[in-house]
Amino acid sequence: MEPIIETQKLSHIYSAGTPFEHIALDQIDFSAQKGEYLGIIGHTGSGKSTLIQHLNGLLKPTSGKVLVEGKDIWQDKATTRWARFQVGLVFQYPEYQLFEETVYKDISFGPKNMGLNEQEVDRRVREAAGFVGLADSVLEQSPFELSGGQKRRVAIAGVIAMEPAVLILDEPTAGLDPVGVEQILGNIRDYHKAKNATIIIVSHSMEEMARTADRLVVINDGRIPIEGAPAEVFSHGEELEAIGLGVPQMTRIFHRLNALGVDVDPSVYTVEQAKTAVMELLKRKGMM
Amino acid sequence: MPNTILKTESLTFSYPAEGAPKSVLQGIDLEIEAGTFVAVLGHNGSGKSTLAKHMNAILLPSGGKVYVSGMDTADESKLLDIRRTVGMVFQNPDNQIVANVVEEDCAFGPENLGVPPAEIRQRVNEALAAVGMYDHRGHAPHLLSGGQKQRIAIAGVLAMKPKCVVLDEPTAMLDPIGRREVLETIRTLNRESGVTVVLITHHMDEAAQADRLIVMSGGKVIADGVPKEVFQHVEELKAAGLTVPGTVALLWELRQAGLDLPLDALSDEECAQALYQILR
Repeated sequence: MEPIIETQKLSHIYSAGTPFEHIALDQIDFSAQKGEYLGIIGHTGSGKSTLIQHLNGLLKPTSGKVLVEGKDIWQDKATTRWARFQVGLVFQYPEYQLFEETVYKDISFGPKNMGLNEQEVDRRVREAAGFVGLADSVLEQSPFELSGGQKRRVAIAGVIAMEPAVLILDEPTAGLDPVGVEQILGNIRDYHKAKNATIIIVSHSMEEMARTADRLVVINDGRIPIEGAPAEVFSHGEELEAIGLGVPQMTRIFHRLNALGVDVDPSVYTVEQAKTAVMELLKRKGMM
Repeated sequence: MPNTILKTESLTFSYPAEGAPKSVLQGIDLEIEAGTFVAVLGHNGSGKSTLAKHMNAILLPSGGKVYVSGMDTADESKLLDIRRTVGMVFQNPDNQIVANVVEEDCAFGPENLGVPPAEIRQRVNEALAAVGMYDHRGHAPHLLSGGQKQRIAIAGVLAMKPKCVVLDEPTAMLDPIGRREVLETIRTLNRESGVTVVLITHHMDEAAQADRLIVMSGGKVIADGVPKEVFQHVEELKAAGLTVPGTVALLWELRQAGLDLPLDALSDEECAQALYQILR
C-alpha cells in the first residue's frame, strides 16, 4: 500500500554555511499510512518539530523529498498549495493563534480560504465544533472569553474544519490537567474514527502516546533510531533512557519485578495492562 | 504553627464578571510552615493559581485575610517587604526574562530593590550557582533550553533573597529533561538553603515529592496532608478531575479486584516490592 505521506532521505540544515550550521534532520525516511494513528516522540531539539513542518510544506527540505499521496509536494506551486490542505498542522499552544471576533469566524477562517461556498463552510464549522465538543452557544462568543482548554479546542476545530486527510498535532495536551488531556485525546480519536484520517501526534509523553498510538516513531538527533508498536519500542528501555525519554512507569515497574525473579511480561505499559498481567499470573499460580 | 510564613484566613476571591462576580476562592484557611516544601494540586480552574497570586499580593482578597510573615497583604505600606519575602515564578519562561545576558537578567530584581552593586554581583553569582547555571552567566537567554530558562527565572527570584518561593506550574511548558532539572533545583533549594517552596502543579509525580500536599477543587481545599496519605483518597481525587500516580492507580485497581495490597507505595520501587510480596 502506498503511504499517504512519506519522506525520502529528508535532510534539513539550519543556517547552512554559517558558524551556527545545525543539521536538524539527517536523511529521514518517514511514512504514515491512511487511517494510521501515529506518535512521534523526541525531546526538545530532537528534530521532531522540524520534521512535521516539512510534512505540510512549511519548511523546504535542504535535500530529499516529501511526498503526499505519492506526489512531490514541491514539484509545482499548485501541488504545494494542495498539500497544505491535505495535511493539517496544529501547532503547540495553538490557542495563542486565535484572532477572530467570534469562535465561529475563527473556525471558518481555514475553510473560507479554501474557497468553499458559504453553506459548505457552515457545515464544516458546525461539524468541527461538534468534534471538539463545543456547544452551539459558544460559537457566537469571543474566543478570548473562553477557558484555556476551550480555546485550544477552538484552535483544533479550525484545522479540523479543513478536513485534512492527515492531521498533525504538536503537543496537543501540553499544560492541560488530566481531564483536559482526556477530552482533547477523545476529540482527536473521534475525528480519526469518523473520517478515517491519519493522525500524527508529536509528544514527549511516553505514557500518553503508549495509550493512544498504534505505532511510535522515536526521533533523536535528527534521525529515527527506533520505531514500531508501543510494546516493541518500550522493549528498548536502556536506549530510550540514554536518549532522555525513558519508558512508561508501568514498564519500569514490570522490568523491576522481572529482575526480582517474577515471571511477568515486561512489555506492559498501561495500568490496565499491568492489572491484567498481575491477575493472570495469580490465576496461573492458582492463587485466584 | 510556631513558625508560620504564610497564612490565609477565610480567604475568598471573586473576579469581576458581567452579571454576578465569578467566585474563585471560597474560604481558604491555610498555614504554611517556614522551610517546608508544599505542593498545591488542582485541575484547571480549581483556584490554585489564584491562591498563589494571593501569596505575594499580586491579588488582594475579596474577603478574609492573607498574612506573609505576619504582614497583612492588604496593607500597602508593607508591599515591598511582602514581595521581598515571597518571590514568584510563573509558567512560561519566555515571559519572565527581561535582559539579553543571563547574569543581567538575574540582577534585575536586586537592582530594583536598590541593593549595592558589589552585593548584587555576589547575589547573582550565588543564585546562578544555586540553580546550576553559573557557567551560562554570559549566555543569551533566548538560546537556552526551556528548563535552563526556567532555572534562570528561579535564579532571578533567588537573587532577591526571598524566604519563600511560589512557583505556578513552572514545568508545564517543559519537556521531561527540563522538568527534572527544575524539580531538582527546587528540591535542592528547599533542602539546602531552607527556602520555603510552594509548588502549584497538576503533575502527580511532582506533587508526590513534597512534604505536604494540598488538593484544591472548586475554590476549596479538599485534602491536605503528606502525599502518601492524600493519594490514598483515589475516588475523591478522581471526582475532583485529578488522577493519582500510576503506582497508586494500579494498586487501587488490584485492591478493587480483592487483592490485599497497600495503597501507600508511591515510588516505583515501593510498588514493585508490594507486588513482589504477593507474586513471589
